[in-house]
Amino acid sequence: MRPVAIVGIGQTPVREHWDAGLRELAVQAVWQALDECQIDTVDVFYVGNMLSGTLTGQEHLATLIAEYAGLTGVEAIKAEAACGSGAAAFRQAVLAVASGAAEVALAVGVEKLTETSTHKTTDGLASAADADYETAMGISFVALNALLMRRYMYEYRYHKSDFSAFIEIAHRNAVHNPNAMFRHLVNRDQYERAKMVADPVNLLDSSPIADGASAVVVTSIDQLKRFPNRPIWVAACEVSTDTIALDNRENPLWLKAAERSVHKAFKTSGLTHRDIQLFELHDAFSIMSALSLEGSGFAERGTAVRLANEGHFAIDGRLPISTFGGLKARGHPVGATGLYQIVEATLQLRGQAPEAIQVPDARIAMTQNIGGSGATIITTILTRERL
Amino acid sequence: MMGIPGNWRLRKQRYQLAGTRCQNCNQIHFPPRQVCPACKNRQLEDFRLSGRGTVYSYTIIYQSTPKFEFFVPYVVALIDLEEGPRITAQLTDVDPDQVEIGMPVEMVLRKISEQGERGLIHYGYKFRPRIR
Ligand SMILES: [Zn+2]
Repeated sequence: MRPVAIVGIGQTPVREHWDAGLRELAVQAVWQALDECQIDTVDVFYVGNMLSGTLTGQEHLATLIAEYAGLTGVEAIKAEAACGSGAAAFRQAVLAVASGAAEVALAVGVEKLTETSTHKTTDGLASAADADYETAMGISFVALNALLMRRYMYEYRYHKSDFSAFIEIAHRNAVHNPNAMFRHLVNRDQYERAKMVADPVNLLDSSPIADGASAVVVTSIDQLKRFPNRPIWVAACEVSTDTIALDNRENPLWLKAAERSVHKAFKTSGLTHRDIQLFELHDAFSIMSALSLEGSGFAERGTAVRLANEGHFAIDGRLPISTFGGLKARGHPVGATGLYQIVEATLQLRGQAPEAIQVPDARIAMTQNIGGSGATIITTILTRERL
Repeated sequence: MMGIPGNWRLRKQRYQLAGTRCQNCNQIHFPPRQVCPACKNRQLEDFRLSGRGTVYSYTIIYQSTPKFEFFVPYVVALIDLEEGPRITAQLTDVDPDQVEIGMPVEMVLRKISEQGERGLIHYGYKFRPRIR
């Protein structure tokens, strides 16, 4: 496999984009990325998206977006892995280039969750779970996370308000990200008073329903001379799966797919936990931040919430997380999220993050995109220097 | 949304907690499987679960998906069944404030949801505090 580098990125603000559909959002992100590279086509085109068919009646999405981006004729395929669709598309682009099948590949993640009523969107998001044995029993996606959070609080003796630390971190960072949906601070008092959705998960534990698109261009080491930007290297991009249904996991509080994908990523890159300077994790719910940090080996079992409260994951902490606001405050346009994480980590490694959230001398970053309640987990390591 | 054949196909699981047991390693599964997740053996036999278990975790749902709005607030739990499998199900016949982790529960047959006024009515397992 050949070394692969990111040479172009693009992103739309994460918002309720009433005035733009899937194609308009995706085309904006695609052309930002192409313009950065000073190119006007690619060899292959992958789209990460979860719910275009369910919410807007549009499948065959990649071909549609390729056409409206002016790329008719280019190979175009959609990747779907629930909320992990964005990183799934990124991995396909990386593999296409690494294998030699393509020289330049583009991955764009796009999602429109505000096209329909909140009801229909909630129903759509629940389709990431087992339709016959979870959703059919009245479980929502929020409720699955609530089951995890309740058990976690029980086993490790946390109070609900302890989770506020994750929300405060995300919102504090998002203030400085012009593309974030919520650029305001949240304090513990507001967190404790937030409306309950599925006890113990309240509105502020949950990432917001939003629209957005983000795109990344990757190329091989052989082609780098063509591109004006400093390359950011893909040191690893690895996937692992777990059971779809939460109830079929021996220990639901242990994200095996996180453990396995992180292990593979370290094996591929030759790096270790100590090398990671920032971690864009999948904080769709505050409990997921804790489980991701623990499953990935950045915190011992049951300690992530305590460490968050001690400041370890703040922007000036030992391992900054959600540096651009994360899913929680940047927003969570599900199929686009994985590519927002990659774009944000790339900005960190280029030294182009807004000053207040720039991790000093960032050389190595990890991103982790999660589909469902932990059933698909994609871990990526990006580096400023080629390893 | 599942149609008539799908609901008919799942009747044994929904009404009788029909699962499978691996003839090689004896692991018991719910839902029923074609391949044993523990040993990959494909010789499995039907196995009906007793429906007795304890609450592993639970949530009280205040904002549901559309089909379940009628029941709000309601409790969904992960239940550890005596025979091993863990199952996701609603709790019934209980005040949500009385639910606790570790609470003994048993299966009962209840209405799960309706597909509108003229549509299908789905029945299936829920769990209540154990009285038998
Ligand atoms: Zn077996």
